[in-house]
Amino acid sequence: MLITADRDRCIGAGLCVLTAPDVFEHDDDGLVHVLEQEPDARLEGDVRLAQQLCPARALALETASPQST
Amino acid sequence: MYREISERGPINKVTLWDGRQVWLITGYEEGRRLLADDRLSSDRSYDEYPTMAPHLGAPAARKLVLVGEDPPLHNHHRRLLNPEFSLKHARALRPDIERIVNGLIDGIEEIGAPADLVEHFAAPIPSLVMSALLGIPYEDHAFFQAATAGIMQGKDPASTEAAAAELVRYLDRLVTAQEEERGESLVGRLVEHVDTGELSHDEVVQLTMVLLIAGLETTSSMIPLGVLALLDHPEQLAALRAGEVPAVTAIEELLRITAVTDFAGVRWITADIEIDGHLLKAGDGLVISSTMVNRDERVHEDPYAFDITRGSRQHVTFGYGIHQCLGQNLARLQLEIAFETLVRRLPGLRLAVPAEELRMRRTGTMQSVERLPVAW
Repeated sequence: MLITADRDRCIGAGLCVLTAPDVFEHDDDGLVHVLEQEPDARLEGDVRLAQQLCPARALALETASPQST
Repeated sequence: MYREISERGPINKVTLWDGRQVWLITGYEEGRRLLADDRLSSDRSYDEYPTMAPHLGAPAARKLVLVGEDPPLHNHHRRLLNPEFSLKHARALRPDIERIVNGLIDGIEEIGAPADLVEHFAAPIPSLVMSALLGIPYEDHAFFQAATAGIMQGKDPASTEAAAAELVRYLDRLVTAQEEERGESLVGRLVEHVDTGELSHDEVVQLTMVLLIAGLETTSSMIPLGVLALLDHPEQLAALRAGEVPAVTAIEELLRITAVTDFAGVRWITADIEIDGHLLKAGDGLVISSTMVNRDERVHEDPYAFDITRGSRQHVTFGYGIHQCLGQNLARLQLEIAFETLVRRLPGLRLAVPAEELRMRRTGTMQSVERLPVAW
């Protein structure tokens, strides 16, 4: 799983930081900063929920292909 | 009535008070899909924007910065405010909010039962927090609470306009004072953007007004309604008091079930949108009901049941899309501390009057009770 965050879309709502605090944080601009671009598999549920809750649809998740896992 | 409407499907038409027909969205995915669609406009200066109550037709209510703006201007203003409302910034205020909330409970204990939780707890919490954040003297709280209430609950457009004009005059003086001598406050920092040419003096005044309107009535309405929901479910109140359910979890259900304004979004459509076999035409008005979206059975099992263990943030009480509440981190923190402290320090909390005697607020678009007399 590879996470990319579009900071041009981000509105700083902070739901990703609340939902997956090991993966996302707010920077000094109050916008998303991805701490872990390829987080541990056990965090996948939280990251998917963060993506689903994001009001600005600023998070993209790329699932690694079966060969690379 | 709501239930009947939503049983007709997630996308419906309803007639507003002024006879206008608008789309009413009651489904979670449909509401979110539309609120993220850039063919929707929040710009209230157009006649196409639905007026949800007579007083909201007042000019002051039709040209709100930030909440009533579309990109790119909306994004410009939001970007300047985002750093102020980040999770980090909200959390840094925790000790202040705890002190404020505990101080109010001290006051309630001094007054003795019965005490009105609206006047002595729910209203002053956001008022004290916003004063500290914005750099507004709390001595003026009676004025700015009355002025924001006057805007939100005006009995007609003229009274809303008058309340807004009075608040603008007050904030204009406040911003001017900050321009002359910069204070360590949000308004002081906004004034720095006037120096760089990113904002005008009037924009700072208008932004401050919107922050006050959005920050006061919402939280102060949410607290009494949440207390009522908990008193209605004593076993859940006990679980919260015992710490079996953390307050941070419980407040999400309180937010889901008692969305204080029913509008997750009021918009007008700038270009035709086809959605699930419906054609939403350019110029149509659109209302997304948070009350119903939050009870979508495709998202929440047994959606009408109040269950503080749910802890789901899949609600649209703070809206959705680019206008989602800027102050939600601060709102969540105030609610968490308010409910945790209230049930812990007043363990025998109960209504001091029969429930039938509670009067729901009749004016405006924000639901609450006028008074909430309690004993403990």
